[in-house]
Amino acid sequence: MGNEEAVFFSRVLTELTLSFHIIYATIGVGIPLMIMIAQWVGIRKNDEHYILLARRWARGFVITVAVGVVTGTAIGLQLSLLWPNFMELAGNVIALPLFMETFAFFFEAIFLGIYLYTWDRFENQKKHLLLLIPVAIGASFSAVFITIVNAFMNAPQGFDLVNGELININPILAMFNPAMPTKVAHVVVTAYMTSAFVLASIAAFRLLKGSNHVYHKKALFLTLKLGLIFSIAAAIIGDFSGKYLAEYQPEKLAAAEWHFETEENASLIMYGILEDGEVKYAIEIPYALSVLAHGDPFAEVIGLDQFSEDEIPPLYIHYLFDLMVSIGMGLTFLSGLYVFATWRRWSFVQTKWFRWLLVAGGPLAMLAIEAGWWMAEVGRQPWILRGIMRTEDAATTSGQVDIMLVLFAGLYLILGVGSVVVLRRMFRKNPVEQEIEDRRKEQEGDFS
Amino acid sequence: MTLEIIGISVLWMFLFGYVIVASIDFGAGFFNAYNTLTRREHILTNIIQRYLSPVWEVTNVFLVFFFVGVIGFFPKTAFYYGTTLLVPASIAIILLALRGSYYAFATYGTNGHKGYTFMYGITGLFIPASLSTVLTISEGGFISMVKGNPVLDYWELFSSPLTWSIVVLSLVAVLYISAVFLTWYANKAGDHSATELLRKYALIWAIPTMITASGIIFELRGHNPEHYARILDLWWVFGISFLMFVGTVWLIWKRKNYGLAFGLLAAQFALAFFGYGVSHYPYLLYPYLTIYDSFTNEAMAIALIVAFIAGLGLLLPSLYLLLRLFLFNKDYVRGNKDNHA
Repeated sequence: MGNEEAVFFSRVLTELTLSFHIIYATIGVGIPLMIMIAQWVGIRKNDEHYILLARRWARGFVITVAVGVVTGTAIGLQLSLLWPNFMELAGNVIALPLFMETFAFFFEAIFLGIYLYTWDRFENQKKHLLLLIPVAIGASFSAVFITIVNAFMNAPQGFDLVNGELININPILAMFNPAMPTKVAHVVVTAYMTSAFVLASIAAFRLLKGSNHVYHKKALFLTLKLGLIFSIAAAIIGDFSGKYLAEYQPEKLAAAEWHFETEENASLIMYGILEDGEVKYAIEIPYALSVLAHGDPFAEVIGLDQFSEDEIPPLYIHYLFDLMVSIGMGLTFLSGLYVFATWRRWSFVQTKWFRWLLVAGGPLAMLAIEAGWWMAEVGRQPWILRGIMRTEDAATTSGQVDIMLVLFAGLYLILGVGSVVVLRRMFRKNPVEQEIEDRRKEQEGDFS
Repeated sequence: MTLEIIGISVLWMFLFGYVIVASIDFGAGFFNAYNTLTRREHILTNIIQRYLSPVWEVTNVFLVFFFVGVIGFFPKTAFYYGTTLLVPASIAIILLALRGSYYAFATYGTNGHKGYTFMYGITGLFIPASLSTVLTISEGGFISMVKGNPVLDYWELFSSPLTWSIVVLSLVAVLYISAVFLTWYANKAGDHSATELLRKYALIWAIPTMITASGIIFELRGHNPEHYARILDLWWVFGISFLMFVGTVWLIWKRKNYGLAFGLLAAQFALAFFGYGVSHYPYLLYPYLTIYDSFTNEAMAIALIVAFIAGLGLLLPSLYLLLRLFLFNKDYVRGNKDNHA
């Protein structure tokens, strides 16, 4: 196998691992916060339903955490196995957040174990709630630190490269690179948002499938309120991300927006297809790109004409960008409508078709996460370290990457199918009506 | 003490932590599978599940911590080991992934399926085998430089008696460590039949552990004489380690003080592990890579050590809390209260 093939298969394997991992990782970052909120609401309102909600979410969460942990271990090692030259160079500058990420992960793992095995052990439920705080903090901070590593790859700083040697290294400066604030905020908030919509999907699905229990209605209303808050936050931060790109990574923004020529009063191109260098069927919104990039309708936006051919990312990222933004906007609208209509007691939100829309919300949010990551990652091609190291120079020289790709693809298939089957079985066998009944009997038993 | 030595000592300590907690986990899986095969699973399953369930994720973190730390302190290892370990490390990751997630599936999800129990037992033995090839490779002689890139000679690796001695040692040591720990744990739980069975396993695996460990020192004499000579310089460390081994076996034989027996075992392996590590000094990969020429810049090293100390400040109390609640809590260990979500 030549080096070119090794680079190709390394890319595919990394993309496969990350695409699979972020499904579980996103859930892993968001769900602990949701559990914490449900538990807190339950204690405050003295409502058993919310406590039960937290408990059932926690039980399902363990399964997704397990897959998240093992695939996270996989990508952690693959960074060095598939991109040894990159890690050798970048490790000198960016090891600190990578190291801190494992601490956050450690912290979460310890308290998650304690939390899961101490239900009913404490007389005071508030003590049990306290255990969730380190779990949620650990989960969110893993995301923060690992996203800092990724932000560094987009905007490397904190060192000087003189004759191929790294000098004047400053690990703190490397962590607080320009890409970091928007990236970290966007990743964390969209993880919360996606988790809220995934949980809302489940509640809506149960309501559709015959259970009319008030438990599911409470779950749906709570998660969609949270979903609305986080999707608005995601949109605002998304706008900041656009402004960051215009300032520091104009080639990514230009490729995502099909902005070929540098101009003032730049218009935004939505949807459409690209054929032989010509954009067709697109919706053009005048001045919008200038607003997105600089907050000024007349500002100049740098186009792809400023970059040489071999430094331009693939133009298909435009479709990914559209997909992400459309889903984000759609979900904000959908959850806003639901919350407003519930508040005004409009009954159409309880119709079948509307509930099917809510069921679709979770998977769509996850699709938006994937599309967003693909756009962000493909958008920095051809660089692995923007402006410093090209991807093809970073890959392994080993000849066995293709076989490993097949093995890992098999692994993810098994894990994906396994987790879905187990989760379905867990909740099918023990519907909430049954569990409420069981707990009632248990408590009565205590008194006799 | 230089920063390089601090770095490698910290990492070696964490690797030791992983070796102990993972051995307990791997061995437990194997004993569980073996007992299922011989239809005695009722004796061990409860004990093993009660210990593993709250801690399995923590076990995994020790490994992640080690390899992230190595890349952090010694970025050049990514170049040498990353390129050459693609196949053995990938296999280990796949086995770890299957094992970890299926453990969670079976424990929290549904009532265990027999096929899963066997897989859990078998993968638990293949993982130490594939991970221990790293130790073999670090002795040198299996990697050659082709056009400036390291290439691993698989034939040389798999035909070397040193490789197989290290693989066998990792297997029997896993079973021995696990059996001693579980004997102690079962005894605390007041589970007499499990204690007796595990005690038997501990005694069975004690002897091969010692034989293979001595065998490796002998193999090294031919393979890496320089390393062998430094091991001989440290003969007293291995001597004390051996005495502790005798102490453990004696206590278990006499059915006395299993807690102390496990303590001696931990000290025995710690001495042998650090003795081996010190004698390997200063090489990370003989003869290409020493801890000095692969060490990161000073700014990063200091930042990592500061992060490490701050992190430990958080971790040690948390770990203590975990042990208090599950390992040293009588009600929990005896299964009087389960309280899981």
